[in-house]
Amino acid sequence: MNYRDAGLSDSEYEKIKEILGREPNELETALIGVMWSEHCSYKSTRRLLSKFPQSGRHLALGPGENAGVVDCGSGWGLAFKVESHNHPSAVAPYQGAATGVGGIIRDILAMGARPAASMDGLFFGMPDSGKSTALAEGIVEGVAGYGNAVGVPTIGGKTFYDPCFEGNPLLNAFSCGLVRLDKIVSSKTARPGDLAVLLGSKTGRDGIAGASFASKELDTDNRESRGHIQIGDPFEEKLLIECCLDLLEYNLIASMQDMGAAGILSSSSEIAHKSETGIEITCERIPLRESMEPWEIFLSESQERMLLIVTPDKFEAVKAVADHYALECVTVGLVTDDGRYRVLRGKELIADLPIGILGDAPTVDWPVKTPPDLDSRRAKPKNVKSLDHMRDLRMLIGSVHGRCREDIWTQYDCQVQLRTAVEPGEAVSAIMLPDSDALVVFSMEAEPWKCRTDPFSGAAETMAQSIRTLALCGADVLGMTNCLNFPSPENPENFYDLSECVSGLAAVCRDMGCPVVSGNVSLYNETPRGGIYPSPLVVTVGLVPHYGYFVSGGSALPGDVVYLTGPVLASLGASRWQVLCGESAYAKPQGATSPYDAKMEEEFVLRAIASSRKAGVRSARVIAGGGLAVALAKEIIDSGVGMEIDLAGLDPTETLFGEGGPRAVYIVPQDNEEKFIRVWEGFPLTRLGQASGTSLVIDGIGTLSMDSLRSEYFGGAEH
Amino acid sequence: MRTAVVVFPGSNCDRDVKNAILDVGLGPVDMVWHDEERFPERPDLVVLPGGFSYGDYLRSGALAAKSRIMNAVRAIASEGGLVLGICNGFQILTEAGLLPGALLPNTNLRFICSKAYVRVERSDTPFTNAYIAGQIALFPIAHHEGLYFLPPDELKELECRNQVVFRYASASGSAEVGEKYSPNGSLNGIAGIINTEGNVLGLMPHPERATLKCLIWGIDGRRFWQSVGDHFGALGGLR
Repeated sequence: MNYRDAGLSDSEYEKIKEILGREPNELETALIGVMWSEHCSYKSTRRLLSKFPQSGRHLALGPGENAGVVDCGSGWGLAFKVESHNHPSAVAPYQGAATGVGGIIRDILAMGARPAASMDGLFFGMPDSGKSTALAEGIVEGVAGYGNAVGVPTIGGKTFYDPCFEGNPLLNAFSCGLVRLDKIVSSKTARPGDLAVLLGSKTGRDGIAGASFASKELDTDNRESRGHIQIGDPFEEKLLIECCLDLLEYNLIASMQDMGAAGILSSSSEIAHKSETGIEITCERIPLRESMEPWEIFLSESQERMLLIVTPDKFEAVKAVADHYALECVTVGLVTDDGRYRVLRGKELIADLPIGILGDAPTVDWPVKTPPDLDSRRAKPKNVKSLDHMRDLRMLIGSVHGRCREDIWTQYDCQVQLRTAVEPGEAVSAIMLPDSDALVVFSMEAEPWKCRTDPFSGAAETMAQSIRTLALCGADVLGMTNCLNFPSPENPENFYDLSECVSGLAAVCRDMGCPVVSGNVSLYNETPRGGIYPSPLVVTVGLVPHYGYFVSGGSALPGDVVYLTGPVLASLGASRWQVLCGESAYAKPQGATSPYDAKMEEEFVLRAIASSRKAGVRSARVIAGGGLAVALAKEIIDSGVGMEIDLAGLDPTETLFGEGGPRAVYIVPQDNEEKFIRVWEGFPLTRLGQASGTSLVIDGIGTLSMDSLRSEYFGGAEH
Repeated sequence: MRTAVVVFPGSNCDRDVKNAILDVGLGPVDMVWHDEERFPERPDLVVLPGGFSYGDYLRSGALAAKSRIMNAVRAIASEGGLVLGICNGFQILTEAGLLPGALLPNTNLRFICSKAYVRVERSDTPFTNAYIAGQIALFPIAHHEGLYFLPPDELKELECRNQVVFRYASASGSAEVGEKYSPNGSLNGIAGIINTEGNVLGLMPHPERATLKCLIWGIDGRRFWQSVGDHFGALGGLR
C-alpha cells in the first residue's frame, strides 16, 4: 500500500521514517495511516480541545478513557459520551445509525458500566425532499432497531432540520451507563504476561478503514463507500453486555476495551500505550468470517467485539462465562514489557512498531482565516416586525422545527430498565438513580443557525441553554460531553468557525463550573453541494437531589400567575422566527444571537435552582426555539389551560419571538407569588398575566384557541 | 409466592419483571436461564418476559419456543401452575402452542412505544382479581409485532369462551373498546388473552412498566401483580 492510499501526507511519512529509522513495510504503513487519521487521532482539534475545562466538583474520571464518569452520589458513577456516526448514516442510513448506537453503548460498557439510557441527535435536510425523508426514516429506524433490541432505552434527543444537511445528515449517538465508583474499568491496567482475549463476533471485511472514510468529504455517489459500512447485530451486543458485566462482577478481567474505529488495532494499541506496556497479536488466532489479509484484519470494524485483558490463570473461567452466552472467546495475543506493537503471522514478525507511534499522532495546524462575510452574517436582520404575530406563532408551532416529534420517539423503547422519569419530547430527559430519590437529568442542545451567524456566541448560547434547562428543572450540573460536527477543517474559514465554537463552549463551561468529560469530533461533513453549518452538539448531565424538587412544564392551573424571568427583549438574529417568518419564508439565518453574559447566566442558574426547592412554582419552561410565544403555546397545549397575557407596550416581535439569553416562563400559584418574587429579587422579572380560559390571548395582539394550537403542534394526530 | 423469570438470550425485560414483583412485596424471584432442563425450585408463577429472544430473528418468539426450558414451562402449565407471557413472552406462548393465535407486525410496520389504555374484561382470573371488570388501566406498550390475529371462526370461538382478558380502549376514559383503538391493528382490539383453563395468560402491554413509582406512565400495573399475590394469599390482605 502506498502511504498516500493509507491517508498519510508526505511530511507525515517523512516523520514516520525518522521515528523508525527505516521505511515502514506495507502493513505498518496501513496501521500508522489509520491511527493517524483525523477520526482516530483528533489531529486537527487536539490543541483546540485543550481549551475545555477538565476538572470539576463532581468529576470522577475525565477525558482519556472510552467515556468520562461523574459522581452522582450514593456510590454511583455515570459514564457518558456522545459520538457521531455521520458519514456511515449518510451512505447506509439504517446500518449507519444502528452501528452508531451499538458503538457508543460499547464505549460505555468498556468503562464497566451497565448502559442505562441513550439519546440521539438528528440533523436532517428538509422533509419536502424525497432523499432527505428516506435518509431520515432509515436513520430513525436504525436507532430504534438497534437500541430497542439491545435493551437500552432511548429516552430523548434533538432533531434539527435545515437544507445544509441534505445529503449530509448527522447522527450523534449519546449513551450513559451506571457504574459503582469503585468498579470503574481503566485501560491503564494491563500488565506484561496478561493475555489479550477477543470476545464476541468474528472479524470480517465490513467497515474496513471506516475511520479513514470518516476523515474525508463525502462524494456525490457514495455507493463505492458501502464497503466501509459496518453491519450491526444488537442480539450479539446484548449478549456481550451481559457477559462483560458478569466477567466484571466475578472479577475475572484486568481491563477491557471496545472495538470501534480501527478495530483490533486501536483497541490493542491503546491499551498497551496507556498501560505503558507492549503487545503482540498473532494474526491467525483471530476468528475470521472470510479469508483476509493482515491489514484488513487489523483495520476491520466488524461490530460487537470486545478486547479483554486477562491474567492467564483466569482465562478458563472467562471462557466458561463466554460459553454460557454462546460467545466466541479466543486468546489472540500477549501483553509484553518492551513498548513494541508487534504482529505475528505464525513465527513470522510482520509488523514491529514502537507503541508510541500509534498512540501519539502528530497534530496538524490548519491555517485560520476570519471569514470575510462574518460581519454581514452577524448584522441585525432586516424587517424585524411581525405583521401578524398569531399567524407567525401558528407557523412556528406547526413547522417541522416546532411540531411534536412523537412520530420519531414512539419508535424508540423509552422505558426498558424501568428508570425513565420524563416522557420523551420534553426539554430534559431523566432517569432515577438506583437505590435513591435522586434524578439524573440530561439536556441535549445544538444551534446550527446561531453558530453559523456568529460561531462564538452561537456555541456559547448552545452550552448556556443546556445548563439553563437543567437548572430550571432543579438540577446541579455534573458535566458535559460534546460532538463537534463541522465541515472540512482544511478550509481556513471553516477552521475559524470551529475554533470560535470551541472557545464559546469552553467559556461557558469554565464560567459555570461544568467539566467536559468526553467528546467526539466529526469533520469533513461536506458533499460537493456544500458543507454543513457549524453544528456543535452538547449533552449536559445534572442531578436533582430529590424527585420532589423536579420542575417541568405542563402543570398550569386556572388562576396561576405567568411570569417571564430574564430580559424582556431578546435577539431575533438566527432565531426560528427570523428564518421561517422574517424577510422571506425560509430565509438563511441572519444576525448574531443575544450576546453571552456570564454574570446573568450565573444569576439565573442560582435562582432557577432555588425556585425548584423553595418557591413553590407550579410549572416552568426555558425559552428556546420560537421564543416566549412558543413557550407559552406549549404550556397551554400541555396543561390544557389557556392564558391571558399583557405585554404592556413592549416590542411584541422581539419579546415574543426573540431567542437567546437566560429567559424562562414560570407558572406560579397566587399563594406562592411572594416567595417566588423573593427568590428572583435582583433579576429581571415580568408579570405577564394569568392562566385562564381555553385560548392564548395576548392583549392588543391577538387570540389563538387551544384547539388550533394543538392541531398545529400535533399535525392532526389524535390526542 | 415463588416466581421464576425465564431469561432467553436477548430477553431485556427480565430484570424489570423481577424488580416490579419485588416492589409490590412478592418474592422470591428466581432468574432461570433458557438452557436449563427444569426450574431450580417449583415456581407458583412462571414469567416469560419481554425483549428480543434470539434477536427475534426468524420470527418473534419462534426460536425461544423451542428452548430446553420450555418443556418445564409446559409441564407447569399442564399441572395448573400460572404462566405469564408479556410482549415477547406472549409471542413465545403462541409459538409454543400454549395460547392460540399469532402476533403479526403492527399495521404501521413500525415499532410502537407508547401509553396504551386497556379495558380489563375479566376480573375472575388469577392475574386480574384486584381489578374491577370494565375498568380502564394504562399499560405501556413497546413492540413491533403486536397485531393479535386468529382466523375468523377461531376468533369467534375465543370470544365465546370469554378468553379475552385485556382489550385496547379509548384514551378518553369512556371505556369504549374495539379494533379502532388498537394501536397495532389487533383484531377485536385484543391486548391479552388467557387459555381455557385460566392459568396461562399472554398480553402485549407491559404491566411491569406501570408498577414502580416516580416513573413515566403511572402505576396501574401494580394491581396486576397484587392479583397474583392475592391468588396465592401471599399479600396477607395487605395492599
